[in-house]
Amino acid sequence: MLFKGVRHDTIFTTIINGLPIGSVYALVALGYTMVYGIIKLINFAHGEIFMVGAYSAMIFITMFNLPLWLAMMLSMLTTAILGMVIEKVAYKPLRKSSRTAALITAIGVSFLLQNVMLLIMGARIYTFPQVFSNTTWVVNGLRVNALQLGMFLTSIALMLGLQFVVHQTKLGRAMRAVAVDKDAAALMGVDVNHTISMTFALGSALAAAAGVMVGMYYISMTPYMGFAPGLKAFVAAVFGGIGLLPGAMFGGFAIGIIETLVAGYGSTLFKDAVVYAILILVLLIKPSGLFGKGGKEKV
Amino acid sequence: MLKVNDLNVHYGVIHALKGVSLEVNEGEIVTLIGSNGAGKSTLLRSISNLLTSSSGSIIYLDRSTKDVPSQSLPALGLVQVPEGRKIFSGLSVKENLLMGAYLRKDKEGIKTDLEKVYARFPILKKRMHQDASTLSGGEQQMLAMSRALMARPKLLLLDEPSMGLAPLLVKEIFKLIKEIHEQGTTILLVEQNANQALKIADKAYVLETGKIVLSGSGAELLASEDVQRIYLGGH
Repeated sequence: MLFKGVRHDTIFTTIINGLPIGSVYALVALGYTMVYGIIKLINFAHGEIFMVGAYSAMIFITMFNLPLWLAMMLSMLTTAILGMVIEKVAYKPLRKSSRTAALITAIGVSFLLQNVMLLIMGARIYTFPQVFSNTTWVVNGLRVNALQLGMFLTSIALMLGLQFVVHQTKLGRAMRAVAVDKDAAALMGVDVNHTISMTFALGSALAAAAGVMVGMYYISMTPYMGFAPGLKAFVAAVFGGIGLLPGAMFGGFAIGIIETLVAGYGSTLFKDAVVYAILILVLLIKPSGLFGKGGKEKV
Repeated sequence: MLKVNDLNVHYGVIHALKGVSLEVNEGEIVTLIGSNGAGKSTLLRSISNLLTSSSGSIIYLDRSTKDVPSQSLPALGLVQVPEGRKIFSGLSVKENLLMGAYLRKDKEGIKTDLEKVYARFPILKKRMHQDASTLSGGEQQMLAMSRALMARPKLLLLDEPSMGLAPLLVKEIFKLIKEIHEQGTTILLVEQNANQALKIADKAYVLETGKIVLSGSGAELLASEDVQRIYLGGH
């Protein structure tokens, strides 16, 4: 009995531990899914936006001595602008080209951002300044870490904010209309280019917030730090059903929890492999994802 | 009000519109009939600048609209209900209606217009929070036209509003078109249902493989033997 009870608690703790990282994946997955929803592009540079977000926040904190919240907001603004510029320069000219051309361009942009960061900051590993309390509380036998709690709550707040924008504002309505039919939206008076641009801005800002939190969580930073989380968030988006916001959120949490469980009960070595195995399984069994209807979409 | 002059449109090597000219005066219902592929939608899409024409001019309210982006036309009162209704799925009925008023800033006016739509179509009020794609074809057409009215159009372009609807609903739609017209909106109507469309038309044009081949009053075209034979299934 006692043994069982303990074991149950441990699983519960592990799941709780998966929530913060899961919520971060959810934020990144939302960006993937929003961009896919509106222009049917898998923006593989999204992980690098996340990386730029982390770096810029670190710079704002260490060089300008800004408080964390302000640094995070400024890094969100920075990547929002970066996202809009990338869309305008790299993707917009290809909007009428094949999807493969745009996809390859996205991969190119991803390498470009990594290498530009390498050029600016060098190959050294930076550490994210420890500006957040690292206290751990024990509540009813559950260990709750302040940073993890902060990550989780911040992510939830941002997701609620996004839900509000998408469902309660004129911009959100325009975004959803453009995602359904660009010509019809234009006939209503929607500036399609502007709406697409704003979608990139929103998605990129969420990625930056995620980047900052992962920077604080894993501490060490390199120009390649966006690759694995970006890919995992992509898996999360596909898992939940790409193009669907609730799918991305669910997928993010699911991937975070699964990864933490594998690391806790199997081996940390396997955690990435399991995530990619999920991608393969989803694509084989239900390519439209858990929440998706129909399977007509091709990437 | 609208003057299309010698308009040419190409899709790659296909010459879709070959020097089309037509005129819509304020207060008229002008009907454009023609079979599938004649270029009817191409013409409406060009007027709304969703397509770029290779030559010719489009003058609306005494100004050329060729360089006005599609999204700015509703503000000038030029509004189109596209072929196939193009309801925004995933958006509720109410959100679809609000999309029609996208460029308007007068909140009170939008509210009154919403109420007008709901009064005219109680079914849309009943389903206002429902995903618009769950409506039936007829309801979707009513929503699409109501959505366009939310922009307070001066000139309404209707692309085959009766397409795919049961005869009873077709009658409803034509009744609605007449009502909209009586309330002061000028209408350019594109239809395959030639009989009904010509009956309500002040003026009509027949488009065949990208060219206007016949024009006249609605009554004249209804009486024309060619029109009878080709578009009305007459003898």
